Amino acid sequence: MNWARKNLFASWPETVVTLLILWLIWKTVPPFIDWAFLDAVWRPDQKACRAGEGACWGFIAEKHRFILFGTYPYELHWRPLAATAILIGLWVFSAFRANWKWWLSLVWVFGLAVIGILMWGGVFGMRYVENERWGGLILTLLLTTFGLAFAFPLSILLALGRRSDMPVIRGLCVGYIELIRGVPLISLLFMASVMLPLFLPSGVTIDKLLRAQIAMILFAAAYLAEVIRGGLQAIPKGQYDAAHALALPFWRRTCLIILPQALRIAVPALVNNFIAFFKDTSLVLIIGLFDLLSTVKISLNEPAWTGFGVEAYVFASLLYFVFCAAMSRYSKGFEHQR
Amino acid sequence: MIEMIKVSKWFGLFQALKEVDLSVARGEKVVVCGPSGSGKSTLIRLVNRLEEHQSGRVIVDGVELTDDPKKIDLVRREVGMVFQSFNLFPHLTVLENLTLAPVWVQQVPKKEAAETAMHFLARVRIPEQADKYPSQLSGGQQQRVAIARALCMKPKLMLFDEPTSALDPEMIKEVLDVMVELAREGMTMMVVTHEMGFAKTVADRVVFMDGGRVVEAAPPAEFFSAPRTDRAKLFLSQVLGH
Repeated sequence: MNWARKNLFASWPETVVTLLILWLIWKTVPPFIDWAFLDAVWRPDQKACRAGEGACWGFIAEKHRFILFGTYPYELHWRPLAATAILIGLWVFSAFRANWKWWLSLVWVFGLAVIGILMWGGVFGMRYVENERWGGLILTLLLTTFGLAFAFPLSILLALGRRSDMPVIRGLCVGYIELIRGVPLISLLFMASVMLPLFLPSGVTIDKLLRAQIAMILFAAAYLAEVIRGGLQAIPKGQYDAAHALALPFWRRTCLIILPQALRIAVPALVNNFIAFFKDTSLVLIIGLFDLLSTVKISLNEPAWTGFGVEAYVFASLLYFVFCAAMSRYSKGFEHQR
Repeated sequence: MIEMIKVSKWFGLFQALKEVDLSVARGEKVVVCGPSGSGKSTLIRLVNRLEEHQSGRVIVDGVELTDDPKKIDLVRREVGMVFQSFNLFPHLTVLENLTLAPVWVQQVPKKEAAETAMHFLARVRIPEQADKYPSQLSGGQQQRVAIARALCMKPKLMLFDEPTSALDPEMIKEVLDVMVELAREGMTMMVVTHEMGFAKTVADRVVFMDGGRVVEAAPPAEFFSAPRTDRAKLFLSQVLGH
């Protein structure tokens, strides 16, 4: 009671704002609960859905396998499911500091090899599935994982290059960063999927998924490079002086002194970019890859289930939110470290 | 040990050093003083090429400093430096600060480097702080760690660039005590400082700079009792006057 008086009703304007917010909550939350839970239809019964007032979670119940796994052969869905679980497992495992040992990279290599075998098949009696048929959540997660795994080191090199004393290297890096930043990701993806094949010698083809992945890596690297450059610029000159005075050569100076400090400074902005990148993977939809958001969209095309877009997108948003919230929550720990 | 011949240095159009001649013999302790902007920090930073000179010659322990990175590296391995703002590495513990260069530059085994580090931490009288981070130490403690860090490279020459200027008065003594001890052990030292007491106690020679030139260079007894130039007299009255 005391707390409420102190924090919610301390003055007239405060009281007005508090009451206004309470009224808004009253107007929005109970109807939402009615819609989402009390009046909702949980069975995959589209007639009941059309008759009812509430959310039609039956749509999700009916379509969740397509949303999660896309056009992957139905009877083989356990394979992308296992691959998704392994990939998430790898991330969670890597989140613990105690596991930051040299062998962590071996764990990743092994884990990714297993994921590759599961997704492609063709060995151990598993049917071969070409990657045009991959889709849904695993595609989103793979695009993000490989995208960041390659874009991050590339962006560090770009940021260092942009601050280099050598004019040619600096010029190349500035040119690259400005060029890529000045172009929308969509147009890069189009270029990768439509234009790139025109330039390749006949007979040489690069897989569509790989082309999209490369375009996304190149795009993300330019943005991350600028974030890292911000971190580099925040390092006091005295740190360079001390490193020079101790005769540390360039790469040791950079890896042992400069980058550890610069990256820590850049953590909030980096995570911001990681999250944006994770969601940007949904743009591969426009070149015909079926990531999580695309599968949601396509599942709405079926005549029996048109009109349940809200439920579908709430479901997709929830999935995206869980991953982004996890990233955000985890990164908090880094900002407060020494 | 250090030989500077007609050294000039410009920052853009501003000439920071004007044909400076200076030599420091092995085992000698030279204190450089002068008003701010007189070029004394620039002078000391030339010795391990944190700044480049544009004309003249700088020879350190028989190696002439040029653009050649190998020679710069050679000199830096022999020369330790202590800065006004300590410049410890904030993301590393005290012990890691001390072992970093021996391990990564001189390829000393980790265990041996840690032993050396503890030896020098004991000499600057803070062995108990080895596992703390720099930000957990006082200014005086940080500066003593910085001195120990430089000593871990077993340098032949130590440069001090205003080592006590950023310290609270009560911490100045603990740093100066360490420096006096180092001087007594025979280390070759070049020290930029306003601590005239320190100069009187340990310096073999006091170099007074003004406007990018060496105006006077004399043993401390001579310099403090009978400065030859008016500029030095004025400076001394300002530094010693309060």
